[in-house]
Amino acid sequence: MKTLMLGNEAVARGLYEGGCSFVSSYPGTPSTEITECAAKYEELYAEWAPNEKVALEAAFGASLSGRRSFCAMKHVGLNVAADPLFTISYTGVNAGLVIGVADDAGMHSSQNEQDSRHYAQASKIPMLEPSDSAEALAFAKLAYELSEQFDTVVLLKMCTRVSHSQSVVEPGERVLPARKKYVKDPGKYIMMPANAKKRHPEVEARTKALTVWAETADINRIEEGGDRSCGIITSSTCYQYVKETFGDTYPVLKLGMIWPMPEQRIRDFAATVERLVVVEELDGFIEAHCRSLGLAVSGKDLFPDIGELSQNLVKEKLGGNVQAGAALEEAIPARPPVMCAGCPHRSIFYVLKKMNLTVLGDIGCYTLGAVQPLGAIDTTICMGASVSGLHGFVKAGEEENAGRTVAVIGDSTFIHSGVTGLINIAYNESNATVIILDNSITGMTGHQQNPTTGYNLKGDPCTKIDLESLCHAVGIKRVRVVDPYDMEACQTVIGEELAAKEPSVIISRRPCALLKYVKHPGPICSDPEKCKGCKACMRIGCPAISMVDGKAKIDATLCVGCGVCEQLCKFDALG
Amino acid sequence: METKNIMIVGVGGQGTLLASKLLGRLLLGKGFDVKVSEVHGMSQRGGSVVTYVRWGDRVCSPIIDKGQADCILSFELLEAARYTEFLKPGGRIIVNSQQINPMPVIAGMAAYPEKLEEKMSALGIQVDAFDALSLAEEAGSSKAVNLVLMGRLAKHFDFTDEEWMDAIEHSVPPKFLELNKKAFELGRSA
Ligand code: SF4
Ligand code: SF4
Repeated sequence: MKTLMLGNEAVARGLYEGGCSFVSSYPGTPSTEITECAAKYEELYAEWAPNEKVALEAAFGASLSGRRSFCAMKHVGLNVAADPLFTISYTGVNAGLVIGVADDAGMHSSQNEQDSRHYAQASKIPMLEPSDSAEALAFAKLAYELSEQFDTVVLLKMCTRVSHSQSVVEPGERVLPARKKYVKDPGKYIMMPANAKKRHPEVEARTKALTVWAETADINRIEEGGDRSCGIITSSTCYQYVKETFGDTYPVLKLGMIWPMPEQRIRDFAATVERLVVVEELDGFIEAHCRSLGLAVSGKDLFPDIGELSQNLVKEKLGGNVQAGAALEEAIPARPPVMCAGCPHRSIFYVLKKMNLTVLGDIGCYTLGAVQPLGAIDTTICMGASVSGLHGFVKAGEEENAGRTVAVIGDSTFIHSGVTGLINIAYNESNATVIILDNSITGMTGHQQNPTTGYNLKGDPCTKIDLESLCHAVGIKRVRVVDPYDMEACQTVIGEELAAKEPSVIISRRPCALLKYVKHPGPICSDPEKCKGCKACMRIGCPAISMVDGKAKIDATLCVGCGVCEQLCKFDALG
Repeated sequence: METKNIMIVGVGGQGTLLASKLLGRLLLGKGFDVKVSEVHGMSQRGGSVVTYVRWGDRVCSPIIDKGQADCILSFELLEAARYTEFLKPGGRIIVNSQQINPMPVIAGMAAYPEKLEEKMSALGIQVDAFDALSLAEEAGSSKAVNLVLMGRLAKHFDFTDEEWMDAIEHSVPPKFLELNKKAFELGRSA
């Protein structure tokens, strides 16, 4: 029966139907729902791993054991998993192994806009690129066929618009292949130089064989068009923009496999049109390949290599007229995302700002601590960079930096790759102060469990990593726990740990205000008689507080009664 | 049939996703090709959120571009004003007249624009502004704003009662079904 499915949900359905048995991933927008949806199928084992490298290695292990396996991540997660990726390319697989990677052109929820297609070429691994949910489902299944036929891991490349759009799919049945036997094969699986040297030519031969397959594959199809003055090569969501704009006017070569590309088919297609245009998001990846074939082609001379494309952009750049609706003349204030009312991160950032500290930040909801009026964060790079960066900052800057710099990192991010930085701090003895913002969940991606929460992906209780013991075990002697709602205590503890002449960890512990099990005291009131309108309470940027006619007003539908603003009011007007 | 386009806009946390889920179900049931596009992640934290709902014989792009929306269904007044450029000539805005201050306004760095309904009408837009929040509260919960707005939308599209009820029944938890149906009716008769 036809049904609407999110692209990510459709990938999960494809995994189910394609006989996948093992899924290990790390959450990251826009890839997260693939794994969450996969976990809903009882026949599938699915888990959150501590990071993408671990997830991919686990999925490889499952493949080796003879079961089809999968691993999902966002584009930047593939950087973390790149180490196993490049060598698994050499070993190949036992049972099928597929990696889902979701790019985020337009950076809706990411720190960079990298184009993951380069990874396919660099690691010599085939990459499929669906353009809607039906293809996401079909390509996930096809990926397993290719994986086993060509003895290779396969990349399934998603993007925000395919991952987070619902379109029509027709689900089918699950076909579970028999478990493949694991047979020892040192030449294939032990990648030391002598063996790897023998494997590399096989990798090159595999790419050639895949190129031949790509020449006649249905997923690289030519759609005829009446007007041959222009022929368009495209893929993914850009294919949809092209079809939306031009329908069947121009011939289109729609690539479902983005690497390796069907060289002869591209040449043949180019020969039938007057002008060859590539429509693709971010880098000129297909375009560069066309050029390497010696073809005259347009692409990034017309289209931006920054941000997303759209149907209007396609129309405009290919000579059409676009008419926007009327806009209001006055400026419409922006509505950026904000920390939720009662967020346990708010108060700790307020304290850090008040203490005028340099704050190396990390990836998570708490990145919002960089936004005014808190404005408490100095850097945000990648997962774990706060802790490792702090070490260098303190070591190289000596005493001057040690007393007034901290790293802030969430619980999930700390486990992902903060703990290795902490080991460096302990081992190489920098006088660093690391604050772990332990809100007992992976917040930003929509509340996923992690190794510190005591629950697994399926919601069952499981082993809980004890952060205090972990920090002690890697060699940090000074480990303190504070309640972020108590700002005075936070300031005292941070001051003491900055003054201490050895590394320390402060765990700022309070669960995310949105978690269902968290019981809030309920909204507070403001007393207009007592309020002097000093706006001290406005400095924490709580969305529940606003100034109306010079007096603080609490929005009772938002306020959870955390009491943080009360601590700022000198006139006892809040409570 | 020419593709129809509705943008559902609002503030993260207001329940816009349920509205698009409901519409998607209804339209698919009627045999249309349907695409519903939404952005998840960081923008949900009280930020401006947009969902695109498109249906027709064949829908390609998952997004709605400037100048293409037949209707903007807005959960908040400022958010309606933010997206007027996306409307087709003669397009319609159905808007909950509730105002939610964004952080720049709360922080005193910007002002919430005044008389937005009139200014939008002056652009030639058919503006249907009403207090959906009060009607939701009347139905039993401020969270039912989405169903009140759906009811209002129903006035402008000729889908049958059964089609709406089927979609509602399949989109909201059984516990809140009656409440949501009431909210829908209040929106439709308002
Ligand atoms: S108590 Fe104050 S700071 Fe906490 S949620 Fe309510 S208004 Fe915001
Ligand atoms: S801190 Fe107290 S006195 Fe100052 S504006 Fe807020 S409520 Fe009023």
